Amino acid sequence: MDVLPILLDWLPYLLSGIASTLGLVLAALGLGVLLGLPMALGQVYGARPVRWVVGIYVWFFRGLPILVLLFLFWFGIFPAIGLGELSAFVVGAVVLGLRGAAYQSQIFRGAIQSVGEGQMIAARSLGMSRLTAIRSVILPQAVRIALPGWSNEYPNILTDSAVCYAIGVVELLTITSRMVTQTHITMPIYLAAAGIFIVLNYGGLKLLHRLEKRIAIPGFGTGAM
Amino acid sequence: MNNNDIVLRVEDIHKSFGGNEVLRGVSFDVRRGETKVFIGPSGTGKSTLLRCINQLTPPDRGTVWLDGEEVTNSGARINYFRQKIGMVFQNFFLFDHLTAVKNVELALLKVRGMGKAEAREKALTELRQVGLEDWADHYPAELSGGQAQRVSIARALAMDPDVILFDEPTSALDPELTREVLEVMKKLARNGMTMLVVTHEMGFACSVANEVLFMENGVVAEQGSPDLLLHDPRFTRMKDFIGRIDSRMDD
Repeated sequence: MDVLPILLDWLPYLLSGIASTLGLVLAALGLGVLLGLPMALGQVYGARPVRWVVGIYVWFFRGLPILVLLFLFWFGIFPAIGLGELSAFVVGAVVLGLRGAAYQSQIFRGAIQSVGEGQMIAARSLGMSRLTAIRSVILPQAVRIALPGWSNEYPNILTDSAVCYAIGVVELLTITSRMVTQTHITMPIYLAAAGIFIVLNYGGLKLLHRLEKRIAIPGFGTGAM
Repeated sequence: MNNNDIVLRVEDIHKSFGGNEVLRGVSFDVRRGETKVFIGPSGTGKSTLLRCINQLTPPDRGTVWLDGEEVTNSGARINYFRQKIGMVFQNFFLFDHLTAVKNVELALLKVRGMGKAEAREKALTELRQVGLEDWADHYPAELSGGQAQRVSIARALAMDPDVILFDEPTSALDPELTREVLEVMKKLARNGMTMLVVTHEMGFACSVANEVLFMENGVVAEQGSPDLLLHDPRFTRMKDFIGRIDSRMDD
């Protein structure tokens, strides 16, 4: 019972599964930044109703198991708002992204709040508007402070993405499960799946660390503030 | 210098923080090119007064005029006035993610809308003014306190302000670094910059100030040339205060 020829046989499907998994992760991370950053800004600088809405959002998406969220949106919320035609992949990516935004907003919020208050005072004293100060002074620093913590979102979302199997997204776990069903070889194939997840995890973190180094600034190092 | 050329007028400034009245009616005029030094015990509202002038801390009552235009209650126009009123802080507050030269040019680019090349040239000129041209590409974390404070002075200068407010600019520095910052400030004063300086440096006050305002309990208690306040027997309160800090330093 040699598993290697089987893996090679299935290679095109495996690769498409990997592509699908990475697609889920990248889309979710992107959506998470896109929503999480404005939410963080709203929570730090926004009026009370804004902070309130963000707070509820975060509470909701962090409070429910990912599988529950996935089912809620797949079977309930999206069909109810006329988006029942969305593919499982899109729903999976959006739900992972919405949930990621909740977590990421808190990472960014912490980073924004740890930028010294003198930075805003100095910017305003030069005649910058609040918005300009946030964009040109606060955010560039906050992003550098946030990056190490934000990097952890990558393995989180990568591992979470496997639950999209449950709504029928043809990602890595779905492909390997089909292989198991068809070949009746269980352990070696799931081990191969585990191996691939670990490689994706390691490779992604490596890239993120490289990015951290690249935008590092003296006195601003990883975790230095 | 035209004596009637009043650039900044401060009228009857009041400010309380939660029932504690820090400023209780402070007024003075500043002529163009003048250096005024504010001296007094901690907690008498000197720093608050400076922040009330550029509205970082809006006063409860009173008016600030810059070149005949009202700065208080100026709404969004405050961002225009703040370009004209530079500020230097005790803890520098340099933008930590930017090199020295970029610290100086940021507001030129983002506030004044200056082109990149022009802003860079102006920033380097200002760094030369404070003797830090060679440090243009260093980050704040790589500068000594004295260097950082000189960069922050260059940053204020770059906006071509009508007046610069110095809020205890040397209080975070040891004597050696204090001297290099004071030298820069003396040069600015000689070159005709209008400056309001909150400091405990009596030597600086005596050699540079056109006028010293001694503040106590939220009001200007004594006001006059350094010579007058130090030597005229009619004035006693600032002398008492200086005697107290001198004896403390002798301990």
